[in-house]
Amino acid sequence: MNPTQTMAPAQTEVEQKYKVIGTRPIRHDGVDKVTGRAVYGADVQLPGMLHGKVLRSPHAHANIKSINTAKAEALYGVKAVMTAADFPDSGSRTANLGELGEVPLKPMCDNVMASDKAVYHGHAVAAVAATSPHIAEEALGLIEVEYEVLPPVMDVLKAMDEDSPLVHEDLYTDELGEKSAKPSNVASHTRHVKGDLSQGFAAADHVLEREYRCATVHQGYIEPHAATAMWNPDGYLTMWVTTQGAFTVRTSVHQILDIPVSKLKVIPTEIGGGFGGKIPVYGEPVAAVLSRKARRPVKVVMDRTEVFQATGPTSGSYVKLKMGVTNQGRITAAETMLAYEAGGYPGSIVALGGICMFAPYNIDNTTIDMYDVVVNKPKTAAYRAPGAPNSEFAVECMLDEFCERLGLDPMEIRLLNGAKEGDIQSHGIPHPRIGCIETTEAARDCEHYQTPLEGPNRGRGVASGYWVNAGLTSSVTARLNGDGTVTLQEGSTDIGGTRTSIAMQLAEVLGIPVEDVVPSVVDTDSVGYTEVTGGSRVTFATGWAAYNAGQAIKSQLIEQAADLWKVDKDQVSLADGVITTTNGDSRSMTIKELAADLSQKGIDVGSRETVTPQNHGGAYATHVVDVEVDPDTGKVTILRYTAVQDAGRAIHPSYVEGQMQGGVVQGIGWALNEEYFYNEDGLLMNSSFLDYRMPTSLDLPMIETIIVEVPNPGHPYGVRGVGEVPIVPPQAAISNAIARAVGVRLGDLPMSPQTVVKALSAKS
Amino acid sequence: MAIVHIPALLHSLTGDVRKLEVEGRTVGDLIDQLELLYPGIRDRLVENGHLRSGLAIFVDGMVRREALEYEVPPGSEVLFVPAVAGG
Repeated sequence: MNPTQTMAPAQTEVEQKYKVIGTRPIRHDGVDKVTGRAVYGADVQLPGMLHGKVLRSPHAHANIKSINTAKAEALYGVKAVMTAADFPDSGSRTANLGELGEVPLKPMCDNVMASDKAVYHGHAVAAVAATSPHIAEEALGLIEVEYEVLPPVMDVLKAMDEDSPLVHEDLYTDELGEKSAKPSNVASHTRHVKGDLSQGFAAADHVLEREYRCATVHQGYIEPHAATAMWNPDGYLTMWVTTQGAFTVRTSVHQILDIPVSKLKVIPTEIGGGFGGKIPVYGEPVAAVLSRKARRPVKVVMDRTEVFQATGPTSGSYVKLKMGVTNQGRITAAETMLAYEAGGYPGSIVALGGICMFAPYNIDNTTIDMYDVVVNKPKTAAYRAPGAPNSEFAVECMLDEFCERLGLDPMEIRLLNGAKEGDIQSHGIPHPRIGCIETTEAARDCEHYQTPLEGPNRGRGVASGYWVNAGLTSSVTARLNGDGTVTLQEGSTDIGGTRTSIAMQLAEVLGIPVEDVVPSVVDTDSVGYTEVTGGSRVTFATGWAAYNAGQAIKSQLIEQAADLWKVDKDQVSLADGVITTTNGDSRSMTIKELAADLSQKGIDVGSRETVTPQNHGGAYATHVVDVEVDPDTGKVTILRYTAVQDAGRAIHPSYVEGQMQGGVVQGIGWALNEEYFYNEDGLLMNSSFLDYRMPTSLDLPMIETIIVEVPNPGHPYGVRGVGEVPIVPPQAAISNAIARAVGVRLGDLPMSPQTVVKALSAKS
Repeated sequence: MAIVHIPALLHSLTGDVRKLEVEGRTVGDLIDQLELLYPGIRDRLVENGHLRSGLAIFVDGMVRREALEYEVPPGSEVLFVPAVAGG
C-alpha cells in the first residue's frame, strides 16, 4: 500500500508545466540541522553573557502586595534584578495589533510580568540576571513577595456566572462598543446571524441539541522559549529570539519598552516548533531590561515547566450546538453558543472558531454567539488552526449522530451539504474557489474508506475540517550572484521547510535548479517587513514575494541580454535557465554565463519585493480513522488513519504530507490524552511531558495522506496554506469512530481511557 | 451606492434591518450616512476617530486595512466582521 498519493486531476499537465514545483528536493538547511550545527534560541552565546531566571507566582490568583528584592541583589554573582516596575508605565498607552487595531498595552505588559496581580499559576513576578543559571535560581529564592491570595476561577462556564470571582475588577463585557453595567469575566460577546433560524428549524425533520467541551491543551513544541538581549550603552538593543515572527517581537518589545524600532534589531534563530505559541513575547522584554540594568548580554531560557505554566496554550471551551436536518440529511438550521477561555487576559480565538465552524457546509440559517472569557489560566495563544478544532468538533460529531440515526453515509451527507464557490458563509463573506467537494469525494473514493472494517469493538469515523488561512505581508530580497546562483533573503522564520518551498517558486520562474537558490532567514534590519510564520501563509505569501522577485530578475536578465546582443528585448526570452533570441538568429547563453558577464561589469541584478495578498483561499480536509476500543481499560488504539486535504498546488509534496501527518498527530493527542490538570487551588499539576501525555510514534500507525489539488486562483501557482487544517478533523473523526465501535458518543475532550470507561459503564 | 451589512449585534438599532444601500465615497462616509438613519450606530463602529478595535472591514470579500478611509467602489458589499489573528 502506498501511504501517500496525490489526487491531482491535472497532474500530467503540472508535470509538463513545471520543472521545480511538485518535486521533492532536499531542504537547504538540512545538513545544518542533522549535524547539530543549526543555532537555536538556547544555543546563543555572547562574551560576558549573563543568565536570566524568572520568579513565578505560586498562586493562581493573588494580589501582589509587595516585592522585596534586596537580598537577591546582594547575592554574589547577581548583576541585575527586575520587576514590572522596571517597565515604562503602560498607563494609557496602546499597542497596535495590526488588523486587531489599537488595544490597551497594560494587559500585554502585565502578562510578561505581573504589576499588581498574578492571574495564573506561574505568572512572572520578578527576574534575576546572574553569572550562572544556578546563582540566578538561588537568587530567585531570596526575593520576598507578599501575596493576598484570591479564589481562582478555572472553568469557562463558572467564570461566566454572575457570582464568579472576578479575574479583573475593571473588566466589563464589550458588545460591539456597548459595555456591561457590571464588571464581568466575559470580555466580549459577538454574534453572526444568517437567514432565519426559526424558519430553518421549522423545515427540519430532525433536531439535535448537544454540549461539547474541549480541555486546555498546549502546542507542545519541542524547543522551549529562549531570548537573548544585548542592550548597548548607546541605546541600541539587539535580540536573538526563537520566534515565529522577528518583526512581531520587534513591535512588541518596542511597545512594551517604549523604545524606537530603529534602535531595536531582532535576529531570529532556528525554531524548534511553534504552532502559534511562539508569536507572543514572554522572556524577550525581560532579557532586554535585565541587559540594560546589568550592561551585559542576558539570556533567558524557559524550562518545560515554565512553558506549560506560563506560555499560551489554546482555549478550553464550551460549545452548545443545535442543528436541524431533513430526512434526506440536508442541514436546514444551526444555532450555536461558543464560550472560549482567554486565560488571564482577554483575547481568545473564539472569533475564528465562529468563522470556521460551519464553513464546510452551505447552511441557509445560522446564528453564532461567541463569548471571550477570562479565567485564571495562562493567557491563551494561537495553536494550529486556532479556534477551529473546538467549534468544528461539535458540528462534525453531530453530523455523524444524524447519519447514524437516519442511516446516511457520512461522506454523502457532507457532499450533500458541502460548501462551494459563491456560497455565503455564516459571517457573510462568500466562499472563493474552494476544494471542499473534491476533498470529500477523494476521501469517499479512497482505498481506506472503500475497505470494510471488521472485528469487535472496532469502528470507523469520518470528519471534515476547514481553516481560513491567511495572507498578510511578506518580503524578500533576491540578488543574482556572479556564478548564476540567486541569494534569497526572507523575513519568514522557517518552521516547516519554507526556505525550500519559497526558493522553489523563485527557481521555477527562472528555470534554474532550486539548489541554485540560496535562501536565508535574516534579521529585521536586513529585509522588508514580514508578518508571522502563521496562518498557513508562508508558502502562499512569502512564496508569492519570491515569485515576484524571480519575475523581476527575469526581466532584468532579458534586458541585459538584449542590450548585449543589440536586439530589442521583445526578441529575447528566458526559459529553463537559458536566454535565447526569438528573432531567428539562434543566439543563446545560460543564466550562469550572463551572470558572470554582468558581475565582471559590476552590473547588479536583483529585487526587493513586498506583498500583502488576500486571495489565500480556504483549506479543507476530510479524514477517515479506524479505532479499536478496549472496553475494560477504555484505551483507544488507532488502527488506520487517512488524511485527505486540498493543497491548492503542492509546491513540495513531502512537506505538504509532513504537515498533514503532523496536524493529525497533534489532533490525536488532543482527542485522546492531552489536557491541563489543575487542582482545586488552580495550580497546574502536570507541567512535564511525563504527565502531559502527547502521542509518540509507538501510539500511532502510519498516517496515510492524499493530496487533492484544486488550484487557488488567487496565487500565481495555485498555492493554498496547508499547515493548519489537518489538526481540525481528528478529534471528531475519533469520537465518531468510538461511537461506531462501542456505541457511546463522547462530546468532551480528551476522550481518555477513564472517560471512555465511564461512558461505557453509564451505557451498560 | 454601496450595500452595507449591519453587524448582528446592531440589528436592534436598525429595527432588524440587516442590509441596506447607502451613499458615500469612503467607508467613513457610509457610517456617517448610517448615523443619520440610525442614531448611535457610529459610536458602536467608530472609536476615537478610528474603526473600533477588534473590527475589520470587508469590501467585496477582501479586508481593507485602510478602514474608514477606504474608497468604496459603487455597488460594493461592505461588511463589519470581528478581526481575527493567530496562526
